[in-house]
Amino acid sequence: MLEFFNTIVWTPFLLSFKLAGITTLLLFVCSLPLAWYLSQTHSKIKPLLEALTALPIVLPPSVLGFYMLILLSPTSIIGTFFKDVFDTQLLFSFTGLVIASCFYSLPFMVQPLQSGFESLNKRMLEASYISGKSQWVTMFKVALPNMKPALVTAVIITFAHTVGEFGVVLMVGGSISGETKVASVAIYEMVEIMDYTSAHIYSAVMIAMSFVVLLSVYIFNHRQRYRVGGMPS
Amino acid sequence: MISIDINRALLGSHGAMSLSISLSIEAGSFVALTGASGSGKTTLLRILAGLESAQGTIRIGSETWLDDRKIIAPQQRRIGFVFQEYALFSNMSVEENLHFVANDKVLADHLLEITELSALKQRRPQSLSGGQQQRVALCRAMMNRPRLLLMDEPLSALDASMRNKLQQEIALLHQEFEMTTIMVSHDPSEIYRLASRVVVLESGSVVRDGSVKEVLLKTSGSQKFAFEGELLEIVTVDVIVIAIVAIGQQLVEVVISEQEAERLNVGDRIWVSTKAFAPIIG
Repeated sequence: MLEFFNTIVWTPFLLSFKLAGITTLLLFVCSLPLAWYLSQTHSKIKPLLEALTALPIVLPPSVLGFYMLILLSPTSIIGTFFKDVFDTQLLFSFTGLVIASCFYSLPFMVQPLQSGFESLNKRMLEASYISGKSQWVTMFKVALPNMKPALVTAVIITFAHTVGEFGVVLMVGGSISGETKVASVAIYEMVEIMDYTSAHIYSAVMIAMSFVVLLSVYIFNHRQRYRVGGMPS
Repeated sequence: MISIDINRALLGSHGAMSLSISLSIEAGSFVALTGASGSGKTTLLRILAGLESAQGTIRIGSETWLDDRKIIAPQQRRIGFVFQEYALFSNMSVEENLHFVANDKVLADHLLEITELSALKQRRPQSLSGGQQQRVALCRAMMNRPRLLLMDEPLSALDASMRNKLQQEIALLHQEFEMTTIMVSHDPSEIYRLASRVVVLESGSVVRDGSVKEVLLKTSGSQKFAFEGELLEIVTVDVIVIAIVAIGQQLVEVVISEQEAERLNVGDRIWVSTKAFAPIIG
């Protein structure tokens, strides 16, 4: 049994986690200001920004993948920039995958953060402004510590969603072993060559991990909600 | 001196109205703001704090907080604000709530001592009673040594004995910090105890403005007692006519003449007043 497990190549899983980890980190940093802005603004462009942010949820991955191919191609502005400055190509590379994943998973980071910010007591934020604190200080010292469930949800769901990404990755990254062949792509290939044993093992591992991750999020949020004297907050 | 001359379109509970206020307030005074709900009191307070926008001017001393060209952010106004619903930072202890505003340990300890919160300073706000939470909020508002303290019905959620205690503390702090204080309140006894001036708002305008006695004592001429109430019923018993009137939470019976009975309708707002009699206070 142990020998059998030793024969499994874990590289695609590691690659999936590396991709999800970096994407989550980048998205967290970029989404904080956006989610904060969306939660605080009364501007007319808010619905526009919200709709744009939510697009990746409803679009077929192939649509996103197609535009990513064009956007990241060596002749595009971004492609040329990366070639000139970093001497690297984005398509069929790990860097390209990270960029595509950031677009793909954006709503899964922005939306929980935004609703977390919106659920906070507005007077509490105003009390911070009146105390002389800027929006940044208020966001980090008052808002974020009071919305831990939303934070955990945003980070974990973005991570899990990126691990579960398939269509966009396949279109933008292809299947280069150790570079762009993530777990979901590996499973697809195993099924194609009818290696059902490996596909079963990979799929089972994915299901188990995803379930454990989601379960932890829900347990954490449940505990947070009933932490103070059984009072739902 | 604070001079306020502002305009702002509002969507009140009775439809659209315009908040149009012109007031000057002496530095160091304690002003109570009162009036029916939806009359614009809270909005006025929030405009003074810089939390809402308005047209017009607000000047405090030599500084301009609002005019045609600029609006000073709440962060730069050095004010204190006590919200009706406390609005404490629930991720911080009582002490941290105060230190967040200004890292002045001496002042924080002093404030916590005045308000008898020293023993609770490590506690989280959620674990405190309403009265204790509002005292923390009061202390927090004092931490940046405000020139202007704004309070929006700070004691309305508390019971009578707790209200009394906090009123004393507010009076104490108002004196000690030599600040101007504006408080929204509906409670005449609270206003009488704390304020030196009352401003009554109605549908976005000032309708009365004067000393507490002038505005709140509901008597005129030689009247000794006068109460406003609602006429609930007129009953005729044999030859006398009795009006049942609701005054505050109390129902009273008043003998009236037949002529008076003809003029009055059930549901009217009426005044019950009397001149010479020796009241028994027990």
